[in-house]
Amino acid sequence: MLLNQFLVLSAVLFCTGVYGVIARRNGVLVLMSVELILNAVNINFVAFAYWHGDVSGQVFALFVITVAAAEVGIGLAIVLLIYRNRSSIDLGQMEQLRG
Amino acid sequence: MTTMLENVWVIPAIPFATFWGILFFGKRLPHKGAELGIGALSLCFALSLVTGAAWIDRVDNPPVSDHTTEQATEHATGGSEIDGTEHAQVAGGDSGTGIGVLGAAAIEEAEEHIAVDAVVQQWTWWQNGGIEFTVGTMVDGLTAMMLLVVTVVSLLVHIYSTDYVGGDRRYTHFFAFLSLFSASMLMLVMAENTLQMIVGWELVGLCSFVLIGHWWEEKPNSDAALKAFLTNRVGDIGMLIGVITLFFAANQTWSIVEINSMANAGQISHTALLVASLCLTAAVMSKSGQFFLHTWLPDAMAGPTPVSALIHAATMVVAGVFMVARLYGVFWDGFSIGTSNINVLAVVGGFTTIVGGVLAFVQADIKKVLAYSTISQLGYMVMALGVGAWTAGLFHLFTHAFFKACLFLGSGSVSHAVHSFDMVKDMGGMRKWMPHTFRTFMIGSIALAGIPPLAGFWSKDEILAGASQLGGGGDGYPVVLVMGFITAGLTAAYMTRCVYLTFFGEYRGHTPVEKLHESGPRITLPLWILAGLAIVAGLANLPGDSIVPDGWALRFEHFVEPTGAYFPAISHPHFSGLTALVSIAVAGLGVAIGYAFYFRQLGPHGLTQRSTVAKAGYTFLENRYYLDHLYTGVIAGGTKGPIARAAYWTNQNIIDGIVNGVGISARRIGLWVYDKIDQGIVDGTVNGLGLGAGAGGEVLRETQTGRVQQYASVLFGSTLVLALVIALVIV
Amino acid sequence: MESWILTLAVFSPLVGAAVMLLWPKEDESSLKGIALIASLASAATGVWILFNFDFDHTGTLQFVVDKSWIDVINSRYIVGLDGISLPLLLLSQLVMVLVIVYSWNHFPEPHNPKAFLILMLVLEVGMNGTFVAQDLILFFVFFEIVLLPMYFMIGVWGGPDRQYAAIKFFLFTLFGSALMILSFLAVFFLADGTAGGAEVVRTFDMRALSGGGAVASIARSTQLWIFGGMFIGFAIKVPMFPFHTWLPDAHTEAPTQGSVILAAILLKLGTYGFVRIAIPILPDAAEEWAPWIGLLAVVGIIYGALGCLAQTDMKRLIAFSSIAHMGFVMLGIATLTDFGINAAVFGMVAHGLITGMLFFLAGSVKERYHTLELSRLGGLLVQAPKMGWILGFCAMASLGLPGLAGFWGEFPAILSAYNPAEGLPVETFRTFMVVAALGTVLAAGYLLWMLQRTAFGTPSEEFAEQQIHDVNTPEWIAWTPLLVLILAFGVYPHAIFRVTDGAVTALLGG
Repeated sequence: MLLNQFLVLSAVLFCTGVYGVIARRNGVLVLMSVELILNAVNINFVAFAYWHGDVSGQVFALFVITVAAAEVGIGLAIVLLIYRNRSSIDLGQMEQLRG
Repeated sequence: MTTMLENVWVIPAIPFATFWGILFFGKRLPHKGAELGIGALSLCFALSLVTGAAWIDRVDNPPVSDHTTEQATEHATGGSEIDGTEHAQVAGGDSGTGIGVLGAAAIEEAEEHIAVDAVVQQWTWWQNGGIEFTVGTMVDGLTAMMLLVVTVVSLLVHIYSTDYVGGDRRYTHFFAFLSLFSASMLMLVMAENTLQMIVGWELVGLCSFVLIGHWWEEKPNSDAALKAFLTNRVGDIGMLIGVITLFFAANQTWSIVEINSMANAGQISHTALLVASLCLTAAVMSKSGQFFLHTWLPDAMAGPTPVSALIHAATMVVAGVFMVARLYGVFWDGFSIGTSNINVLAVVGGFTTIVGGVLAFVQADIKKVLAYSTISQLGYMVMALGVGAWTAGLFHLFTHAFFKACLFLGSGSVSHAVHSFDMVKDMGGMRKWMPHTFRTFMIGSIALAGIPPLAGFWSKDEILAGASQLGGGGDGYPVVLVMGFITAGLTAAYMTRCVYLTFFGEYRGHTPVEKLHESGPRITLPLWILAGLAIVAGLANLPGDSIVPDGWALRFEHFVEPTGAYFPAISHPHFSGLTALVSIAVAGLGVAIGYAFYFRQLGPHGLTQRSTVAKAGYTFLENRYYLDHLYTGVIAGGTKGPIARAAYWTNQNIIDGIVNGVGISARRIGLWVYDKIDQGIVDGTVNGLGLGAGAGGEVLRETQTGRVQQYASVLFGSTLVLALVIALVIV
Repeated sequence: MESWILTLAVFSPLVGAAVMLLWPKEDESSLKGIALIASLASAATGVWILFNFDFDHTGTLQFVVDKSWIDVINSRYIVGLDGISLPLLLLSQLVMVLVIVYSWNHFPEPHNPKAFLILMLVLEVGMNGTFVAQDLILFFVFFEIVLLPMYFMIGVWGGPDRQYAAIKFFLFTLFGSALMILSFLAVFFLADGTAGGAEVVRTFDMRALSGGGAVASIARSTQLWIFGGMFIGFAIKVPMFPFHTWLPDAHTEAPTQGSVILAAILLKLGTYGFVRIAIPILPDAAEEWAPWIGLLAVVGIIYGALGCLAQTDMKRLIAFSSIAHMGFVMLGIATLTDFGINAAVFGMVAHGLITGMLFFLAGSVKERYHTLELSRLGGLLVQAPKMGWILGFCAMASLGLPGLAGFWGEFPAILSAYNPAEGLPVETFRTFMVVAALGTVLAAGYLLWMLQRTAFGTPSEEFAEQQIHDVNTPEWIAWTPLLVLILAFGVYPHAIFRVTDGAVTALLGG
């Protein structure tokens, strides 16, 4: 069992996710990138759990999946509302929180 | 009769009531409120006469039973009569005994030993923190005398004013405040305790302020009023601190009788008394116009003339003298008057007489001549108290009130005719048109100049006798004696000048001659009454030592000078022919010089017309002219000219300048402190804190772009940095 | 037991305010009527208290109510009245009635009488409550209730620079309050309400905390810090130098009614706090602090007077004079003698009456001339002689003329400084005495200067043609009681001293 391969995969996924969050302007894509980050973490959890022979990591992964589902649900709802209001989901134009 | 001594409070109560009456209802009365004032003062005068008579009766028939009844009387509770005989024991004088067996003739001899105590009435005013404040009345000879002086002058001034300020726009207010003034002054002179004295002291100051500023539409008048009030306030600091010091030094009592008794009995430390005396002297200097706080008094002439006569000559300005006389036990010990040969009070008084006298020479305004003369005469009174001649000082106060009021009212009468107070430009030769004013003014001037047998001579002579005979070791007070003599000459000379410029010579005025007229009876009657008093007042204290029958001599001393334990054991000067002669000679010389200079046009007037060499020899040979030159040219002319002008210049520019300067610089400092420190530093700190917080927020706000992705990059970036740090540092 | 009376006195204005909230905004005359009735109701309770107060035992709290309030922190609803509170409570009730009467035809812009009068009634609740509260938290609550209505009064109805002034007032006071509540909490957690009893009791009850016994277990340095917190809280309210800068701004910008209330009552909350809370609870710390308090007091006297001399605006001048006069009050308190504190309480009442009156006058002058610039005024005695006379009367009262109320605040304070309480440096206080006496001269200087500029002389050209009406009816009604009281207390100071004396002795002696 090679832990490294899992860690490399998760790192690749994480970096893709970070790139997506920072660079993409499409709101849906950003949400999906967040999913990627979360799932990268999940892979790590499961891999380490198997490596150590301890199930708590797998339990955590299940929690993360649940929370991620809720998160993406709310996130998509927000994106939908933004689209209804502004006919665009371009995050570059969202600056109402500017101080 | 005795009832009056105990219920003397009604005397100030009457004018106090009329003050409110005139203020609220005066305008609706047929004579605009003047009748209320005159009625009240007439009543006060009558009651004062009764009080005086009652006091004389008490002195002649001392209440023998005092000693025994006093012990039984509750002391501290309100309303009880405190006769103070018990204080006689404090002083160690066994006073009450044996009076009954003494014959009437023997009383004269024994009077040094008979203690006729003041009649004191007191009520609790308020109390707190264990300190009791009383209000009450204290009647002794001094009070009775002051009551008479105040009511007489005030009554006459009331009558005079009905004509003088007749038709004035604030006629009613004028009389209201005359009433308030009379009430305050009467309250002051019968004050039983020092606190009450402060109350009266400040209230007369208030009335002075209001009445000086009577015509407040013109700024100089209100300026003068402000100056008077503020200068007096400066002295009041001394009054406040002095009274507070005495209060604590004398075991927390305000009672004048007790403070004096304790001071006499040596129960108060000398230091405390000295401090109190010095502080109170400051109060005297401002209230009684002593050098160097006197500058307000000449300015106060901006008020109506009756006010000058009543307040700034006869009564209020002598409040300082009265206060010293009242608390004489304190000053006696504080300044060691009985044993020293020089002290602060005497020097202040002595210096003031000269300063005032010299300055009176250069005035063109007749009221200012009289004002400086008042300062000079007040100096005499303070000097008398300073050298220990208590009776002489008070006697001078008594006589001065009459002749100076007469002179002031006379000057008002003249100005009524010529509509000006300027002697040099607007008067001259007035005796032709104003015979009554002229005669009364002459009588007043002669009395002031100290020519016997008019009032001023007797009182002034006693002061000089006191200065030469009293003090430690019988050496007298040589310095102030010389000052006194100089002033005697000055007084005579400047009054001669004043009389000449006003009543003699050519008429120089602008009012058409046809319009010049004598004033009406309401003005001349008070003048004549005062002139009459100026003639006879001196007889009240003819010298003792068997020069005149005993029943005539030293009546004033006998009745006015307190004999209780609250009064120090002062010694009395004897009548000295030499002093009297010198004083007459100096005064005569003053008159002669003045006469020669003004009436005969001698002295430097002619000097310019003479040819130089021959006439110089002639002058040198002619003894008379030589002396004239010496006296009039060098001494009188020098005094009158450069010296007086320099003094006046100093007065107006340096001393007055300091007074004004202090005011201006206080305002400047205020401005500076306000601008720089208050608005700049103190407020700046406060604003700075707020601004700093705001500015910080402004900077941070820039980072709040509202772009989620920017936040995310910062988040990831910082996580990366954190990871690196952990990796490098920990691993 | 008539113990409900104080609650009624405090909260009856609140009832009025509640009724007014429901009343239509347009019906102005009814609204004024309700406000007047509410304040009169409170004043009526004051009269009732005056007649039922036991003047033989002014030192004990009377009409006490003690009910549970916030049990978690053992804070209770305790109200009670003694000889120190009584004059101040009555003053507050009287002034509020007069201010509402004065408001009858003097509404500042932007008008809106409903809101203005409601705020005033709420203000009264806070002030009355502060003077009767006997629990630290209750005191604090009432103390803070005062803030907000005053903030709005200045901020909405004020002059051109009102925002700045209102914010400054609010923040400054709030800053002090924060330190004050910290000190209160420290007292709560450190002091022992049973004063050495078997079981330690944490309490906010002032009655239990007073006398020094309760804090005996606290370290001396801690006591000093606690006192310091209270000192800043109260000193800002007084205000003492150097915490005074909010005052001139607040006064200058506030509407007349606000200024009157501020000067007459609000400032007394601070000095009252010293007398009621800081000194009785922490007597040892007070002794340590006293010379510094005295120093700041006399600095304030001179400084306030100098500030006055520099002013060109009449209202601002009167505001600065408050700093000087409150300096005398604080000097009396700093002596820690019963005489000095009596003088201070008298000074509070006298200053309330006199300065309140002066602000009324300033407001009326402003209404007539639309300016308070001293250089433009003049000749008030010509155009409105009665008002000019009243101004002169008040100036005389303010500069401490004997026979008027001001003197009995000033002179006894100076007197008490000659002989401060045992343990205080005598020489220092005597120096203070001399400096304070000097302050009386300056006081005469600036007040007479103001009087000369406004009342004397002839009206300046710009106003010479204008018809200036003299004192009108609401003004007479509002002013007469104040003027009469100034004179009455001046002639018969015993009226107040007899009430306060026993209470102060009880406060100091325990």
